[in-house]
Amino acid sequence: MATQTSTAASEAFYKQLGRMYGTYTGGFIAFIILLAILEQLGTPNKVLGYLFVFFTLAVYAFIGVMTRTAQVSEYYVAGRRVPAFYNGMATGADWMSAASFVGMAGSLFLQGYDGLAWVLGWTGGFVLVSILVGPYLRKFGAYTVPDFMSFRFGGNFARFLAVVVLVCCSFTYVTAQIYGTGIIASRFLGMQFEIAVFVGLVGILLCAMLGGMRAVTWTQIAQYIVLIIAYLTPIVILSTAKFGIPIPELTYGQAIAEIGAREQQMLQQNLAVLCTAQSCPAGSLKEHIVPFTTWTPLNYFGIIFCMMVGTASLPHILMRYFTTPSVKEARDSVAWSLFFIFLLYFSAPAYAAFSKLEVYTNIIGRDLEQIRPWLFTWGELGLIQICGKNATSVADVVAACKAIAGHPGVVRLQDFVINTDVIVLSTPEIAGLPYVISGLVAAGGLAAALSTADGLLLAIANALSHDIYYKMLDPNAPAIRRLTVARVLLFFVALIAAALAASKPADILAMVGWAFSLAMAGNFPALVLGIWWKRCTTTGAICGMIAGFGLCLFYLLTSRYFPQAGVKYFGMSSLLNPVTGGPLVNTAQILADPKWAADVPASAANPLINRVGWFNLNNINCGLLGMPLGFLVMIVVSLMGKEPSKEMQAYIDEIRKPRGRTVLEEKT
Amino acid sequence: MASPPDSPANQEEHWRKTTNLMLTHLGIWFFFGFIIHMFVNTLNKVTIPVLGFPLGFYMAAQGSLIVFVVQLFLFAKQQNNIDREFGYAEED
Repeated sequence: MATQTSTAASEAFYKQLGRMYGTYTGGFIAFIILLAILEQLGTPNKVLGYLFVFFTLAVYAFIGVMTRTAQVSEYYVAGRRVPAFYNGMATGADWMSAASFVGMAGSLFLQGYDGLAWVLGWTGGFVLVSILVGPYLRKFGAYTVPDFMSFRFGGNFARFLAVVVLVCCSFTYVTAQIYGTGIIASRFLGMQFEIAVFVGLVGILLCAMLGGMRAVTWTQIAQYIVLIIAYLTPIVILSTAKFGIPIPELTYGQAIAEIGAREQQMLQQNLAVLCTAQSCPAGSLKEHIVPFTTWTPLNYFGIIFCMMVGTASLPHILMRYFTTPSVKEARDSVAWSLFFIFLLYFSAPAYAAFSKLEVYTNIIGRDLEQIRPWLFTWGELGLIQICGKNATSVADVVAACKAIAGHPGVVRLQDFVINTDVIVLSTPEIAGLPYVISGLVAAGGLAAALSTADGLLLAIANALSHDIYYKMLDPNAPAIRRLTVARVLLFFVALIAAALAASKPADILAMVGWAFSLAMAGNFPALVLGIWWKRCTTTGAICGMIAGFGLCLFYLLTSRYFPQAGVKYFGMSSLLNPVTGGPLVNTAQILADPKWAADVPASAANPLINRVGWFNLNNINCGLLGMPLGFLVMIVVSLMGKEPSKEMQAYIDEIRKPRGRTVLEEKT
Repeated sequence: MASPPDSPANQEEHWRKTTNLMLTHLGIWFFFGFIIHMFVNTLNKVTIPVLGFPLGFYMAAQGSLIVFVVQLFLFAKQQNNIDREFGYAEED
């Protein structure tokens, strides 16, 4: 009887959610149409841009305030009643960051086939989440990932290690998201970057602070709807205009065929130089469909592997599956998550293909006088360069190219440099769409950055408040004080991240990739063996975590900040060019140069940074070294010790069965 | 339900089936995540009719992704069936 009423109640809740988000989606589309009409009536672009950003921010903040809560389980896991379908959407928004929304199509543009490593790596990992980790953690009943580590591996030391791993991978990641909000807001609204960062910060805090996980969940769903509409609209229109079919994922095959034909033509007309095994100068042509021109096969598959395994180890993703009503729904929810993420990821290559076709046919080979005017807006921001100078006007471009000896007077591929962010942001303009679509894309990019930042901040603040403060420092703290501490910590972590983002740190975007490798090396072996191998002991897990995470961190830090020491003392050598097979840098020559040899820690201009390593392994793939070591140490040390207690083994059996109570019962 | 849900035999059999399902799906994941892309040059010689994609490119851009999505819905269903078979499913 009790179950029947609760089923009926959850069905009513589900229906109510459908009505709410249905109305919201309709309202958002009506809002876009309203702005389109305003644009036709002559409202200036800047006003439209502001309306877009502030309207969406206001909606997120509204949801954030409406869903405030004073209950611990609501704050940490949204009361565990988020249905699979909606949790899938929330995870999609949590997952897709500014890098996915703005950066990925750009990488695909520049790297062609090799860029698909990101597409594959950032989708396939959900298979691992579902079959190896997520549903078991849901059954365990944790509030945070360190909760599980602590329970399974004997207490607070394992908890502390897990918190260290969590903070290391999440903090740089959240800084990158706040940086992303700053970039988007400053580009579209013409705000000063530093101010834009703090506007983003306010948006994030309004969503996350009052309602914790509960508020973040319901705003992330709203943000997903905005970001997916924003991402798909421009290319659907473009595809319809170009090929007559509104499904860009099908039509860009033709664009790729045309790109291939145009590449050959460009080579024949000396408009481009092919990157060959003999020579591969900067700016030479990488054919769009030819593999392994940017990455060696080892690094290509390494990226796929690290991003996938990293997905299954990142705490801010895993904790989303703590919010479902049941283990079964957790599994369904992973499938829905991937579906919603897939909608964006399988469209990204279409952006790249359409943009590339435009650049290859309407810019490369054109007279300098005939350059299309959309370029200059981006040139003024320093994002498009022609002949080595920012493309700000026809006269500037002509002057810059004249300065190059023997320049033919038409744009060659090697003259043209484009920032990856431009691809998605400029597509509406390239397609000649009204400004309202550009504003929509900006709102989508903001939604992507904000939603990911929310999830990450919550993961960090929860680990600090729940794991460090409540579990380690003050286990008797009353609920109200725990939540106050959680909110205060959230506020300060956000503030520090925003301050760091405002200072524009050099490596901020690379750090997102590093986060995956670090999470993979630190968390994955302990999570998987903790669930799948009863024999795994506390000592084994702790040694394995330290060894795996330590090696990964060492490789990253050495190859990025201390490459001279890496070469001199740790046997690192130059990475190889994937096409020519030759070394990227001459390490002996650079070390002999006192300017670079004394450059410790290495500055961004140092030619050695990120270009040295072991086994020709790029440092983004450091998880490939750390994770196997972690597994090895964990297994060997576990086998040397005594097997875990009968009691612990019984708990593990309990985690493996969906039925019954959660292992960890929190007092609230 | 031949043996009571909490008997060790039932538990072991449930875990054996779960492990097999896990390994099967890991196999599919590994094949479509890695193995198939190792043959990208060979596959690129084939062009998908009408759409015009080279097959190797298509698999990395869309094909494998579609497999992952379908695989996850299938896995959720299969694992749920196993849980139900051994009496470990949550009440629904």
